[in-house]
Amino acid sequence: MSLFRKLPGVIIAEFDSTASLLHAAEKMSKEGYKKYDCHSPFPIHGMDQAMKLKRSPMGYIIGTMGTIGMIGMLALTYWTNTYGYQMVISGKEYFSWQAFIPVIFAITILLSAFGAFFGMLALNKLPQLFNPIFGSDRFAKVTNDGFFVSVEADDPMYDEAKVKSFLESIGGKNVEVVKIK
Amino acid sequence: MSSNAKDLTNLEVQKELLFDGNPTFGSITEDVCKVVETKPGKLWYVLFGISSSLTVMLFSMIGYLFWEGTGIWGLNNPVGWGWAIVNFVFWVGIGHAGTLISAVLFLLRQRWRTSINRFAEAMTIFAVICALLFPTIHVGRVWLLYWVLPIPNQMEMWPNFRSPLLWDTFAVGTYFTCSLLFWYVGLIPDLATLRDRAKDKMSKLLYGFFSLGWRGGNRQWQHYELAYLVLAGISTPLVLSVHSIVSTDFATSLVPGWHTTIFPPYFVAGAIFSGFAMVMTLALIARKVYNLEHIFTPKVLERMSWVMLLTGSMVGYAYSMEFFIAWYSGNEYERFAFINRAFGPYAWAYWIMISCNVISPQLFWFKKLRTSIPVLFTLSIVVNIGMWFERFVIVMTLSRDYLPSSWDYFSPTIYDVGILVGSFGLFFTMFLLFLRFLPMVAMSEVKGALPEADPHYGGSH
Repeated sequence: MSLFRKLPGVIIAEFDSTASLLHAAEKMSKEGYKKYDCHSPFPIHGMDQAMKLKRSPMGYIIGTMGTIGMIGMLALTYWTNTYGYQMVISGKEYFSWQAFIPVIFAITILLSAFGAFFGMLALNKLPQLFNPIFGSDRFAKVTNDGFFVSVEADDPMYDEAKVKSFLESIGGKNVEVVKIK
Repeated sequence: MSSNAKDLTNLEVQKELLFDGNPTFGSITEDVCKVVETKPGKLWYVLFGISSSLTVMLFSMIGYLFWEGTGIWGLNNPVGWGWAIVNFVFWVGIGHAGTLISAVLFLLRQRWRTSINRFAEAMTIFAVICALLFPTIHVGRVWLLYWVLPIPNQMEMWPNFRSPLLWDTFAVGTYFTCSLLFWYVGLIPDLATLRDRAKDKMSKLLYGFFSLGWRGGNRQWQHYELAYLVLAGISTPLVLSVHSIVSTDFATSLVPGWHTTIFPPYFVAGAIFSGFAMVMTLALIARKVYNLEHIFTPKVLERMSWVMLLTGSMVGYAYSMEFFIAWYSGNEYERFAFINRAFGPYAWAYWIMISCNVISPQLFWFKKLRTSIPVLFTLSIVVNIGMWFERFVIVMTLSRDYLPSSWDYFSPTIYDVGILVGSFGLFFTMFLLFLRFLPMVAMSEVKGALPEADPHYGGSH
């Protein structure tokens, strides 16, 4: 039940083009809204600046994961071939690190990829199969050719009438309050 | 001033119409989703019937192989590698074009890639699945395959990380996983499109589940775009590293003709060459069957033929350089290996390889030929035949080694042929299922490449 209380409902407004959505985003952030989002079928260039979003921390997550992969695999190859199971191959040292580079490289890449994938899911709070916004039939257009602004009900400035009139004043059409049925 | 200059270059890019017929966001959704939402034609069922029967044949032959051992193949004493390794290298190579298109061309901001990238990535994944099959069944005692992984075991043994065969395990395994993640990340917004259009309960459920609740909000796109960019970035070195490592399986041995430093770049160029040929074959079939001529436009196809011309010429250069170095090195075994390739018992294979890989792509110099669909289709198949023969020629170097008394000639058995043909069946089965159930064009990316997607479109802002 606690999950549902966190998602009380949203107000959505439709816009007709990327340009008008971008303008709307600028006005939303200027007005001081916090819990709003701009939905579009594809990422829009310049939207992050318009919404004044902080830089995504993805780089740190991926970098950390890649480093763990590199150090971990270096340690594994070092320990297994120096102590775990010693083999003399063409008179080389046990820890012949040059020959271990390919596997260390591969695991560095692998863990970075996991960082990118799972990091993205975690930051986007996905999978989240339920969201009140899906209650709107019109919103299905967002994955086709629709552009929407949504304001969540737990925004500090949330007031149904005020938000509705503000969205209309910045050019939003078909303003709709979507609540959990 | 500098920002003005930047805008101008942007305008130049957008002026060039990548997609014919002036598509809108809605028409792209419609065109791509229609393929998945309508029942396929008779042709799909016929092709699926053939390819799935071949897959059944593949797995029954593999079953017999596990029962009987690798002796059912035409392997003999000097030729211990045979077709399994030929097929492995062939299929891994096919995959590389997919990664090149999806990752490298993405980083280079080549927008023409958007129509073919989903397609090419799918091809990569299916090709790598086919590739992984071959070393797996080639080990003979397949139940001991886990020995290649560093798993603590009762024998207290650990793998030898100096072995190129182990590098292969890690390189190809990573390659498969990264390609799959990259492909899936790209699919999420498009699966959401299918979810929002779904009519029946089953597709609502499945597309809904796999699109993970995507809402297309910019707070999601922000992280999504970075994840996609980084996945592209880390897949880029894989284009070079995976096939380089595959080539070290050969290059670190002491077999004359294999023990050369040219192998990594030469293998990578060949991989991209064959992969582009395969993407071309598949794209030409798909655009015909599904009437997607306005998305896979002649412009896109022509650019692909440029890449094939470039990589084909690189491969031709590598062939001649191998010969030159064999002569220049003064090593008589090395010289013999190459003269034997061109004039020995496998001369027929060598000249098939030369005519398919070196001569045929040169036809792309002529605009008339590279813009003709039948020519492109024929050449793409010819190139793939040639690239299979390239690996065959390389592996068959084994048949005449240092000791003339052990020389032998490799003849494939019905199981060699059956498993190769069956792997094509497996590949096409997976590909046809992909065409049937998943959007074959990355809709959100194509939409993003349309002029209207730019907030500055039409002079506003």
